[in-house]
Amino acid sequence: MTPRTLIRAGLAALLLAPLAFAQTVSVSGAGGTFIYPLASKWFHEYNVQHPNIQINYQSIGSGGGIRQFSQERTVDFGETDGPMNDQQLKESKIQPIYHLPMALGGVVPIYNLPAHGLKFSGETLANIYLGKVVMWDDAAIAKDNPGVKLPAEPINVVHRADGSGTTYTWVDYLSKVSGEFQKKVGVGTSVTWPVGLGGKGNEGVAGLVRQTPGSIGYVELIYALQNKIDYAPVKNAAGAYVNASLETVSAAAATAQIPADYRVSITNAPGKNVYPIATFTWILASPAIQDPAKKKALHDFLVWAVTKGQAYSKDLGYAPLPKSVVDRELKDLAKLQ
Amino acid sequence: MDLPSTELPDAPSAGAAEPTPTKASALPFSEIAPPPPAPAEADPEPKPLPRPFAERSTGHAADRIFRLLTGACACSVAGLILVAIFYMVHGSIPAFRNHGLGAILSPIWDPTNQKYGALTFLYGTAYTSLIGMAIALPLGVLTAVALVEILPRKLSKAISLAVELLAAIPSVLLGLWGIFTLVPLVRAFEVYIYKSPLGLRKFPLFSGAPMGVGFLAAGVLLAIMALPFILSVTREVLLQVPTAQREAAYALGATRWQSISKFILPYSWKGIFGAGLLGLARVLGETMAVTMVIGNTPQIKASLFASGYTLASVIANEFTEAPSDLAISALISLGLILLVVSILLNGAARLMLLYLGNSSGAPRGSK
Repeated sequence: MTPRTLIRAGLAALLLAPLAFAQTVSVSGAGGTFIYPLASKWFHEYNVQHPNIQINYQSIGSGGGIRQFSQERTVDFGETDGPMNDQQLKESKIQPIYHLPMALGGVVPIYNLPAHGLKFSGETLANIYLGKVVMWDDAAIAKDNPGVKLPAEPINVVHRADGSGTTYTWVDYLSKVSGEFQKKVGVGTSVTWPVGLGGKGNEGVAGLVRQTPGSIGYVELIYALQNKIDYAPVKNAAGAYVNASLETVSAAAATAQIPADYRVSITNAPGKNVYPIATFTWILASPAIQDPAKKKALHDFLVWAVTKGQAYSKDLGYAPLPKSVVDRELKDLAKLQ
Repeated sequence: MDLPSTELPDAPSAGAAEPTPTKASALPFSEIAPPPPAPAEADPEPKPLPRPFAERSTGHAADRIFRLLTGACACSVAGLILVAIFYMVHGSIPAFRNHGLGAILSPIWDPTNQKYGALTFLYGTAYTSLIGMAIALPLGVLTAVALVEILPRKLSKAISLAVELLAAIPSVLLGLWGIFTLVPLVRAFEVYIYKSPLGLRKFPLFSGAPMGVGFLAAGVLLAIMALPFILSVTREVLLQVPTAQREAAYALGATRWQSISKFILPYSWKGIFGAGLLGLARVLGETMAVTMVIGNTPQIKASLFASGYTLASVIANEFTEAPSDLAISALISLGLILLVVSILLNGAARLMLLYLGNSSGAPRGSK
């Protein structure tokens, strides 16, 4: 045999090899770290029920997920904690892209003071993070907390240093309740903070807050629940101080106005029992996948994830999607086929 | 270099290391009786020494293969560096094109408004490295002197082992230790300064609220990380100082202090310089540990207590969630700046060595 025929034979073998395992479909995705614990549980359970479908997920960050899915086309689906913007959608090399909410998360304020049971309004939080409220006994904080003895200590502000969906949700909320915050800081996964220290990750922020007396920070609800960190209730759009919980976060998705493409922030949602700092996390999928087997596998999995899969959410600390959202999504998922 | 007379002083330092230098230094006079023969005199070979590669032994296939293999390894190392530089330059072109050099060197870092200035990070890297080296270099060199010249051999071995273990600790662990142990200590020190009746906090170096995290904590952590490198290289360098040198010093009636400060340290300063460079290289690029204790605030402040940000930290923090292609390009350009800074520092140090080496005429210490 000449080398050329050898190469040809090798190529043919490579091309034919998948046929031998034709029943196994492998789907790959990449995206945010927030969904990862729930997603890996889903992929495992789904694989147990459907042994021929193997789903791989890399938690490389939302930005990376969007890039790999829409620009580099190296994965079959993406995942993100913040919706893609219009420009990203326009420049995408795969069209159309659907945003599919998979679960809900909340962001909660944490603080380190001898005084317990503090409550915050959105305006006060915005002013603290703008550096306008600098002392714990400020009138604005006292107004939220009648009867609480506040110390005359300076406030040490702590925020995330790494780009993250948690920061996106937090500043999105503060921008909604404070025009000044929106103008001076704006919304993004990584912003320029007027004041404060940066901690890396939820653990970095929580560590700095726990160690620095008189500090305030923000972490994901799931992180606070898992690590049993006390967090403060926040005043919602209806004027009630609501503690974050899986129910009050789910309620935000039920009352928020959700547009057809699901690209919406559900912070500051209306309703009395709604926690105001909540967000969807989305899977990005497209019907423009070439391989029909992959397309069907992804579709079937997503249908399973928004219905039966939601049962795993609560145990892992995620707020499940409300029924109204699930019903709408099931209709939209048909478009993926 | 061709004259045999100039080669003579070189020979002992490059030649065989003395068998028991530490013992010799601990008990200098007992060792004087049987002096080791000077290697230069004991060498009866004619001048043109056979070099293994000059021999051109092309006869064996194994020789040729081995030569090819080693050559390829050496080239691939150089190739790796070139590829890295190429991709960093290539990746940072969009940022430079969009901003121009002036904006890259501005102090404003604002990803939401697509402004990416590197100055605050450059400052943070320089400041923390300076603090780290200011602590680690004297500590490392003095400890090495103690290990080689002063302490009993067993104790010296135990300390060396402990320091080498320090080098094996992953930096993320050191960072955690930094958050939970070092930062509270630094904060206690800062509170002490803050409350000190001498009014120390009015000095710009000590101004600001006592937070614990910041330049000082990062600098101390960096010093801890650079110390094992500086210490072990310096120790090796000091061990290379010929026993004859020490004995000559003692024979002239020098005290231990005089022998160390006038003979041993000047003899090995080049090697110590190299040790410092190695430590600096470690310090400049350190990422995880610094990120955890520096406070990650892009600002330029003179105070040791202020929080800051370094080039390596901002890349680690923002790369995964970079909001746009321009942001990624800006982060790559920060990496390029870090690379250029290290290359410049290395180059400057080498030039300085060359210049000083020629003028001082000190014997060449081993690297």
